[in-house]
Amino acid sequence: MSWIRIATCDSIPPREGRAAVIGERQIAVFNLGDRFLAVDNLCPHQSGPLCDGIVAGDAVVCPLHAWKVNLETGAVARPAEQDHCVRTYATRVDDGVVSIDA
Amino acid sequence: MKTLVVVGNGMAGIACVEQILKHAPQFEITIFGDETHVNYNRILLSSVLAGERSADEITLNPLEWYLRNDIQLRLGVRVVDVNPEAKTVAGDDGSVTPYDTLLLATGSSAFKPPIAGLDKENVFAFRTLDDTRELLERAKPDVKAVVIGGGLLGLEAARGLQVRGCAVTVVHLMSTLMERQLDADGGNYLTGKMEDLGIRVLLRRSTTAIVGDERAEGVALEDGEILEADLVVVAAGIRPNVELGYKAGLHVNRGIVANDHMETSDPDIFAVGECVEHRGVCYGLVAPLLEQGKVLAATITGNKGPVYGGTVLATKLKIMGVDVFSAGDWSEQHADPIRFEDRALGIYKKLTVRDGKLVGAILVGDTADSHRYMDWLRTGADLSGRRSHLLFPPPASDGGLDLAEMSDAATICGCVGVTKGAIIQAIHEKGISTMSQLKEATRASTGCGSCTSLCQNILRAVAPEFEEEGKKVLCGCVPFAQDNLREILRSQKLKSVQEVLDIYGNGRGCEICKPALSYMLDMIWCGDHDEDRSARFINDRVHANIQKDGTFSVIPRIHGGVTSPDQLRRIADVADKYNVPMVKITGSQRIDLLGVRKEDLPKVWADLGMMSGQAYTKGVRMVKTCVGTEFCRFGTQDSTSAGIEMEHRFENLFTPHKVKMATVGCPRNCAEATVKDIGLVGQEGGWQVVVGGAAGKSVRKADLLITVETTGQALEAAELFFQYYREQANYLERTYDFVERVGIDKVRKETVYAPEAARRALLERLQKSKAAAKDAWLEGQSPVNPTQFIPLRPIESVMS
Ligand code: SRM
Ligand SMILES: Cc1cc2nc3c(=O)[nH]c(=O)nc-3n(C[C@H](O)[C@H](O)[C@H](O)COP(=O)(O)OP(=O)(O)OC[C@H]3O[C@@H](n4cnc5c(N)ncnc54)[C@H](O)[C@@H]3O)c2cc1C
Ligand code: SF4
Ligand code: FES
Repeated sequence: MSWIRIATCDSIPPREGRAAVIGERQIAVFNLGDRFLAVDNLCPHQSGPLCDGIVAGDAVVCPLHAWKVNLETGAVARPAEQDHCVRTYATRVDDGVVSIDA
Repeated sequence: MKTLVVVGNGMAGIACVEQILKHAPQFEITIFGDETHVNYNRILLSSVLAGERSADEITLNPLEWYLRNDIQLRLGVRVVDVNPEAKTVAGDDGSVTPYDTLLLATGSSAFKPPIAGLDKENVFAFRTLDDTRELLERAKPDVKAVVIGGGLLGLEAARGLQVRGCAVTVVHLMSTLMERQLDADGGNYLTGKMEDLGIRVLLRRSTTAIVGDERAEGVALEDGEILEADLVVVAAGIRPNVELGYKAGLHVNRGIVANDHMETSDPDIFAVGECVEHRGVCYGLVAPLLEQGKVLAATITGNKGPVYGGTVLATKLKIMGVDVFSAGDWSEQHADPIRFEDRALGIYKKLTVRDGKLVGAILVGDTADSHRYMDWLRTGADLSGRRSHLLFPPPASDGGLDLAEMSDAATICGCVGVTKGAIIQAIHEKGISTMSQLKEATRASTGCGSCTSLCQNILRAVAPEFEEEGKKVLCGCVPFAQDNLREILRSQKLKSVQEVLDIYGNGRGCEICKPALSYMLDMIWCGDHDEDRSARFINDRVHANIQKDGTFSVIPRIHGGVTSPDQLRRIADVADKYNVPMVKITGSQRIDLLGVRKEDLPKVWADLGMMSGQAYTKGVRMVKTCVGTEFCRFGTQDSTSAGIEMEHRFENLFTPHKVKMATVGCPRNCAEATVKDIGLVGQEGGWQVVVGGAAGKSVRKADLLITVETTGQALEAAELFFQYYREQANYLERTYDFVERVGIDKVRKETVYAPEAARRALLERLQKSKAAAKDAWLEGQSPVNPTQFIPLRPIESVMS
């Protein structure tokens, strides 16, 4: 694992997400206003792009079939019955630049 | 038949008459009312002032009701004298009317405190619809308003005025607000909440005079300070209207004295409502008055028996976001208080318990449990068992109240006094399945409306086929019906989704309410608002339709389905250049480029040099056309040009759900106009304009809106319906559901058959939106933010 400087904070509007392309992988980085959260950009349902979802509190709603994923824990909050989990990544901000530990 | 004369055309009087009419007919009824309106819901004047309801929405008994029941209604006539010997009443119009039985339901009037200058212009009470209209006329942004009195009325008036943009100050004589319903702590929490709303609160300050010449210019306080004021509302309490009681020689104290059978000291004269004093109490809330009315109806119709034993009072403040509930005796003498408070959340709760029974309750900031406590108060339930979790009940599924746990005797609607049992019975007996039916049958939730969600829960639980209605709330995040929300956004001048969520919702929002609120803001403010893309579905952030693999489809606008070799060439070139996996002729006479990568969208649009077809959004889709008179041997109208013109008039606008249109040159209907949201069907010498059609999930033949002669008239009719749908429909309600719900007659009345002025207003609002609307694909050239279309790539990576 290593800290990767992804982008300046202002390149992700509040309550929106963006895909960060790191080699083969895509990580969805979200700006929750007071903090940044990062998860794999793959919905556990059918691999929808979570970065394109609508943010609801500290969760994101997948744009394809509205599965709801908690961005803090990576746990799927809806549908309730199943227990998939999305991988989460630590983030940090120094002098206006967001880094993720990936 | 005996003659019953009723003085007072208000809530208590009419509710009592309604009860009397349930007994065997024996009266010819005449009702005098000095207000010029039929009986309306006075409680809701606050909501009218706050813009949550319109004035005509609060009528309780329309004129037909009086006619249907052969009631002589004498509106605008004030009864000035009673002659108990001759048994007549005299009106200020000189009329003298004989009675066998007289019912005084004169209510109360706003109390005029000893303040100099109350007679100046721009000084008002807050008691009647006329008062409210006067206030609405003057309450404009930046008007300085002073409200004298910090009780329920004063605070609701203050919020109403502030919502209209006034700068409001509340001057209160006492040391805390609503001191008659709240203890000092509760009052302080309330003060905080009012101040958070932006209302200035001055406590322990007494008003001495209204200053200014004819018009009020300021309010002078005892300590010499003078508050600037363009508008003054006096809400310093109410006084029972008892003059006629004296004139009739009745026993009168503060109010007209009535016994438990609601009889006065004169066998032929009765009294009900706020003008009555019963067991030393004059009530100022609706619930007790309605109970009185039931008892009185029995007595007056010779079925004497039921007695009125007084009422446990419960008060709810009707200010959105400021929840206050108070009931019973919350003083702490000979009762042990149970308290909870959370300063950060602004929640304060106090219960008072005496010998294991609840005797009083105060809730500020969270009133979800009020019905539970009301139930315990009324039934005097023994709580010694559950003592430990009185304030923190076991979590309940429905709005803080476990329905099953509630006794059938528990009152659900405090205003009208309807029990859980009565509601369930009505549901079963009358096969009720909607809220409006329930209201009709039981009158539950026709008062202050705070029990609506509770009634819905009962319906949901009990009614075999419960139908949610248009009235149902948008979603859990902002629990308001969509038409209320539209009214709120307008009146409160809210201009961003987050603002709405913070003030009226849970601050977070979700994929359901965010796009809905985004639409409302755009429709209401026409671009003069803060367009927040984070509240939009991805399709509306990148203006293309997301596909199962995360790529997007691009459908350019091809007006009326008429294209050109040059256009087709460009589309072909784009398809090659960006190796688009599939090019498809769509079901809407357009061409779809499927499988385009997000980052390619701007380039694709630029190369196409065509405008967005809005195929990805809740907006104006296509206008399908047929060849019409131009080429078709049956054509009666130039449907092609009409369709192209129509698409130009509507293109780029957003709508509650997608709007698909078609124009056809004759009833053979080759472009399927009769199953479109709006269709023009050509015929010899004119057009039929049809609306509400569909051939998707559900198939519905469009209703005829109007038949006209010229294409101009047809397009105007289409515009009227289009804008009406934009303003009145709920988000995600297609026209086929909307027209079905509202009814085509009403739609006609309010669009093509509406008064000239109303029609013009609709068209002007449409033009305003149109002027602000632009082709979304222009953002390809000037993105709203640098990463709108492109992913992030690492700046550089450092080992750690
Ligand atoms: C591309 C197209 C099919 C085609 O290849 O022809 C199409 C494709 C989609 N339709 Fe459609 N509809 C298309 C014409 C229609 C038609 C025919 C028409 O417009 O005359 C209908 C029936 C007419 C109607 O709408 O009433 C139609 C009824 C629907 C419905 C059901 C709407 C309803 O309430 O009945 C949906 C789902 C919805 O909107 O909730 C839908 C939703 C969709 C979506 C957007 C589903 C989605 O959200 O991803 C499809 C996008 C596929 C994609 O990945 O791009 N599509 N869809 C057509 C695009 C038309 C265009 O040029 O804009
Ligand atoms: C802004 C506001 C908010 C309120 N909110 C609530 C609430 O949330 N909950 C609640 O329970 N209660 C509320 N109330 C109180 C409730 O409206 C009253 O308790 C109720 O309307 C009293 O009914 P009534 O018929 O006794 O008197 P009224 O409704 O006042 O009716 C009396 C009628 O008789 C007329 N009249 C009087 N004298 C004569 C005469 N001599 N000749 C002819 N006509 C005459 C009056 O003009 C009036 O129209 C509110 C009141 C106001 C003003
Ligand atoms: S019919 Fe169904 S599958 Fe076909 S395009 Fe429309 S929504 Fe998609
Ligand atoms: S792929 Fe995310 S919900 Fe289906």
